[in-house]
Amino acid sequence: MAMERRRGVTWRSFRTATWLGWQIESNWADPFVFAIYSLVKPLSGALILVFMYAVIAKDGLGSPLFPGVFVGNALFIYVPAVLAGISWTIMDDREHYGMLKYVYAAPVNVLAYLIGRGVAKALVATVAVVLTLLLGTLALGVPIRFAAIDWPLVAAALVLGSAMLALFGILLGAVTMVTARHNYGVGEAVAGGLYLLCGVVFPLDTLPPWLAAVGRALPITYWLEAFRRALLGQSAASFAGLSDVALVGIIAGSSVVLAALATVCFRLAERRARAKGLLDMQTMY
Amino acid sequence: MVSDSFAIRTEDLRRVFRAKRREAKGEKREVVALDGVSFSVDRGELFGVLGPNGAGKTTTIKILATLLSPTSGRAWVAGLDVTTDSKAVRHHIGMVSGGETSGYGLLTIEENLWMFSQFYGIETNVARKRIQELLAVVGLADRSRTKIYHLSTGMRQKMNFVRGFLTEPEILFLDEPTLGLDVQTAHTLRGFVSGWLAEHRDRTILLTTHAMHEADELCSRVAIIDKGRILACDAPGVLKRELQRDAIFRLRIADLGDARAAVGAQPGVSRFTQTRSDDGLNVDAILTSDGALTGVLGSVQAAGGRLLSLEKREPTLEDVFLHVVGHGFDDEAREGGSE
Repeated sequence: MAMERRRGVTWRSFRTATWLGWQIESNWADPFVFAIYSLVKPLSGALILVFMYAVIAKDGLGSPLFPGVFVGNALFIYVPAVLAGISWTIMDDREHYGMLKYVYAAPVNVLAYLIGRGVAKALVATVAVVLTLLLGTLALGVPIRFAAIDWPLVAAALVLGSAMLALFGILLGAVTMVTARHNYGVGEAVAGGLYLLCGVVFPLDTLPPWLAAVGRALPITYWLEAFRRALLGQSAASFAGLSDVALVGIIAGSSVVLAALATVCFRLAERRARAKGLLDMQTMY
Repeated sequence: MVSDSFAIRTEDLRRVFRAKRREAKGEKREVVALDGVSFSVDRGELFGVLGPNGAGKTTTIKILATLLSPTSGRAWVAGLDVTTDSKAVRHHIGMVSGGETSGYGLLTIEENLWMFSQFYGIETNVARKRIQELLAVVGLADRSRTKIYHLSTGMRQKMNFVRGFLTEPEILFLDEPTLGLDVQTAHTLRGFVSGWLAEHRDRTILLTTHAMHEADELCSRVAIIDKGRILACDAPGVLKRELQRDAIFRLRIADLGDARAAVGAQPGVSRFTQTRSDDGLNVDAILTSDGALTGVLGSVQAAGGRLLSLEKREPTLEDVFLHVVGHGFDDEAREGGSE
């Protein structure tokens, strides 16, 4: 009975937050402006990278590294969207909408609520990722062949990656919960660090050894590698020895560890927020 | 879970806020918001917590609504400990805070309210029917499709009031629900609150207010709180009856700058407040007997004051507050309050 009630609360929280997230995400501008924004932002991001690569790399877009870099950059769109999306919900609900305290006073599973709020961001990011990959395939010669895509690996990477990114978001949400409004950039700052460390636009081995080691400890690195293998059929030299199963196992295992860590940290942050009266904090900086 | 029949119970509740002092690095300033608050509310009761700003009313509600931990002491809502069973408590409660502009601005009133009903698992058709009924009560029925960012502060507040009742909670916390609303709307909402409770006899409401007449009109019992301590707790009628042995006068005096010496310091004056108006001072004085009035009037005259009117009246909750706290609600009265 108690378990059923908990499941009901979790599902309701997730479903309602997803609806709310989509309303907020899609209603801030009229549909035309929203569509243009959703198209222009990712495509501009991809083209900046393309032009930089064309200028800097010796072989330009013909470099064997380019397809992996392009796919890594396209998939990385998910990272700031989900991380910042989930963690920013705490700040937005608390200080902008003034609703966090009402959410907390209601029978809501807050973790499910936060993940639900991230879904809309992930959906918008999916459009951006697909468009970027289409641009790469149709206009820039990125060799993604529909028939050759490893769909089971794509599915595994998508499911596990979504969970992993959501858990990262929860972890950042814990930080946001106990910090003031001027910390609004925490999600984007962390995403920026991950862009450097996860081998998104250059092979991990080009980093100093200690930074490369940090990169190897991050599950997002393996998640990007899984997508490169699934879409391009090629892998980075650093992970050549890893089988697909091992790769998926690493992402799954690290997600489990992340789940435990995120849950514990979030509960501790909630406890501290209740102790210090931060659930309805209005810093107004 | 405790096996008592109370809807709400607190036991020696204490809450201290610590804030870093900017002028002294590392040093922390302590503010005692609640200092040993104990009270209980029966099921079906409309219980009032009456006190000035900063008295500890909102802190009490935040603790009971599981948003804030007490520094020490315990509290139970629906028989559940608010600290250890906070998640379970949330299935039994609702909360409305007055004077707020909260709400998701991009949603319409109806969407905001529907969304909240979904957190409580209320079926959509039931929720929509209730929303329309409640919006009609607060005069927003024709604005249900208006986006929140188009609403005035008062309209947002009405919407939040509706949100509190929409889920028909077992225990509802109303924190200054009529704050900032116009007189007519406040009157309508007070009528709705007492009607709702009459219809839902198993529900309980804890209302905080600094509006004496609101507490007097609505509450079956009232706790008077000041500086984090409950100073009196009983039915408004009982509290007022306790003052009936005293004589309460309202004096309107011209040409007198301050009534502290002329009224407050006179023998037989147990409490007084003064407020300024265009034509002079309005002084409310609680005297130990009618006989003390002669001395007060003589003293006013001697100080150059001119008595414009004098009225003996029945005690109100305001007098009760003045009597137990020692000062009125506003700062001027605080300065002028006698011992």
